[in-house]
Amino acid sequence: MSDQTPALRLEGIVKTFPGVRALDGVSLSVMPGEVHALMGENGAGKSTLMKVLGGIYQPQEGRIIVEEVPTVMTSPLQAKSKGIVFIHQELSLAEELTVAENIYLGELPRRSFGRVDWEKLYTQTDAILAKLKVGFNAKTIVGDLSIANQQMVEIARALTVDAKAVIFDEPTASLTDAEKVVLFDVISDLQRQGVGIIYISHRMEEIFKITDRISVLRDGSYRGTLETRNTTEEEVTQLMIGRALDLSRNESNHELGDVALEVRGLSCGHMFKDVSFDVRRGEVLGFYGLVGAGRTEIVETLFGLREPSGGKILLDGEEVRISSPADAISKGISLVPEDRKGQGLVLGMNCRDNMTLPQVGELSSGPFVAPGAETAIFDKYKEKLDIRTPGWKQTVGNLSGGNQQKIVIAKWLSMHPKVLIVDEPTRGIDVGSKSEIHNLIRDLAAQGYAVIVVSSEMPEVLHVSDRIVAMFSGRVMRTFTSEEVTEESLIQAISGITATEKVA
Amino acid sequence: MESMSKAGIGRFLARQGILIAFAVFIIGFTLANGRFLSPENVMGVVRSSAILGVMALGVTFVVISGNLDLSVGSMMSFSTIVVLDLHDKIGPVLAIPAMFVMTLCLGAFIGFLVGYLKLNSLIVTLGMLSAIHGLTLTYSGGQNMDIADKEGTWFSVFGQGSALGIPVPILIFLLLAALLGIVLAKTPFGRKVYAVGGNGTAATFSGIKRARIVFLCYVMSSFCVAVAGLIQASRSLGSQNTVGQGLELDVLAAVILGGASLLGGSGTIFKTVIGVLILGFIQNGLLLVGLQFYVQFVVTWAIIILAVWLDIAAKRGKLLSTIA
Repeated sequence: MSDQTPALRLEGIVKTFPGVRALDGVSLSVMPGEVHALMGENGAGKSTLMKVLGGIYQPQEGRIIVEEVPTVMTSPLQAKSKGIVFIHQELSLAEELTVAENIYLGELPRRSFGRVDWEKLYTQTDAILAKLKVGFNAKTIVGDLSIANQQMVEIARALTVDAKAVIFDEPTASLTDAEKVVLFDVISDLQRQGVGIIYISHRMEEIFKITDRISVLRDGSYRGTLETRNTTEEEVTQLMIGRALDLSRNESNHELGDVALEVRGLSCGHMFKDVSFDVRRGEVLGFYGLVGAGRTEIVETLFGLREPSGGKILLDGEEVRISSPADAISKGISLVPEDRKGQGLVLGMNCRDNMTLPQVGELSSGPFVAPGAETAIFDKYKEKLDIRTPGWKQTVGNLSGGNQQKIVIAKWLSMHPKVLIVDEPTRGIDVGSKSEIHNLIRDLAAQGYAVIVVSSEMPEVLHVSDRIVAMFSGRVMRTFTSEEVTEESLIQAISGITATEKVA
Repeated sequence: MESMSKAGIGRFLARQGILIAFAVFIIGFTLANGRFLSPENVMGVVRSSAILGVMALGVTFVVISGNLDLSVGSMMSFSTIVVLDLHDKIGPVLAIPAMFVMTLCLGAFIGFLVGYLKLNSLIVTLGMLSAIHGLTLTYSGGQNMDIADKEGTWFSVFGQGSALGIPVPILIFLLLAALLGIVLAKTPFGRKVYAVGGNGTAATFSGIKRARIVFLCYVMSSFCVAVAGLIQASRSLGSQNTVGQGLELDVLAAVILGGASLLGGSGTIFKTVIGVLILGFIQNGLLLVGLQFYVQFVVTWAIIILAVWLDIAAKRGKLLSTIA
């Protein structure tokens, strides 16, 4: 391999954001005809690296070299013209148009007077589709295709250029097993044609099945490359988790109270099935699983945003039906949502008004809002949670992510909920504020709150939880106590590995 | 450096553009016609803006909640025709509440469609513009509506009376503006209107019943329309079926001129009052400098587009989009 020229090489890429060193001198090289896995925990820097490669971010240091030619990437389109093509997890196709139109969108072959050369378009497209051996043709409407076949269209689009390297980002997230087989065939075809492939995935099984080498990122830095043939899942996992992270287990020394929330056999269509757990006052229950495992959907059901198709929810031992967020809030269930800016805050509103929004009606004196009472609440929680803002009049959109998240948490604390659910507590929050938020969550449990934390970051779940519910494709695989859980057993549980063991 | 100051000028123009344009208009009109800033003319402008202004107050709620209301013009025609017709049939004491109830029902219907059924407000209210026009014509049989005894009714007080030397329409406008200004700025309902328009999802996640808030905004808007219809009917004591036609655009122009964003979540009643006056003075000035009445329609539209453009430009911090 060493005498060959790499299809794509990244050298010492450094990318910093205010307060974070997102990529710290990352290097990676992909040979022609190689499938190279890129692995790492969420937040390890994989997506930042890909955004640098696609020209969405400009690195402060380092070089991108395509077939020995140093290249500056300015946009995904320009990267494509250099032969670097991305296949994203989320598809970006015009569903009403034909396969051919989608593949050549923006660069349709033309005849005189700007008319589209349909004949040429369809012939070219069918030629590409033939290489992929798919069961549809150039004139098929994209909206009629399955997700897997739509992904094939994306791949076909990639093949209209002379691709040097193709990057697959979690390509199997929404595919069935049969569809995966087809995808893997296509990948090995590309491989035979000498295309270099970067394959990003969390799924060990796939990684070991189709890749040649595995590179691991952790905390924004490169941790090594392993030959897939000569390594094991354990070795890769070790490299991904490392020892540098704060893995100090949560050692709660306060008494647990009564069961606040009990969930029995809760199901919601195909999103999740037969989910049971309970949370006591003074306890943090963590939910961990891959994207799509059903964690967020469970939370949404508890908060009245989804209607369960079966099962029971009990609050303080009494069965409840939750019909809307307003209903959930009045019963004492609060949610710090995953999408802080989209769901948690009214960004154009000031800090105080955001914080008191759910109780603005209750706080009023007579027909009017009570600004005094509102400001008192704001001052109290500003101090308690150490929210750094010049004052309550500050527009929330101007605060840092960490301070915004504290406002959302304060919004619920001031109402003393029975159950506080925090979905992805530190998404998009810099490292310093992260540990503050973690400590805050621990404090809340110590004060007697029943807290549910949903996270896709393992160190986070391990750090804050008293018990951890591991989920895989809509089911609870196992509930760990903080004494018995190990990184390995947790990764196995959320990858569905214990599923087969348990059944057997 | 040069590009920095260029961006600065762009941002300044985007933020203050409307006021600058207004100042230019005022200076131009005053130079062209000395009567423009005379007390009689100023009072005249305010008085003739009162009907538009009352409607704009209600539409301010709708726009802040993130929706549109294009039905107010034809709804005002409806209110005017209904109250004039009932005046002679059941007397003004019963006619006024009856008209209010009917108008509020129309507002509630729109509020139901946009709030609870989550239909697009542009389509719903554009449809209602036409439907209510049809309703009015059906009600009146296409005839103009006149009060039989124009001299002998106290009904004319709302449009023609004055108290403390101030015409009643102006008093109603200012009182309603003060009342609704307080509702918007000082009550939990007002706060929720801002939240729903600023980020409807976050409002829902905070336990606010989004549908109910939107519904109430349209009811509020129809209440203002009923008041406007009352003033209109009282002023002329007779009316065509099309008296409010086209007013929806003037109302929208005034609200946007005041600085409420069409994207929802921002605006105040005070700013809307300013917007109403700006629009009133510009339209009046155009007449005073001797332009045809019909030029107004063109200018009003130009103003709406300018205001919307500047709103977007202020948000993205420059006048032109970089993405073609």
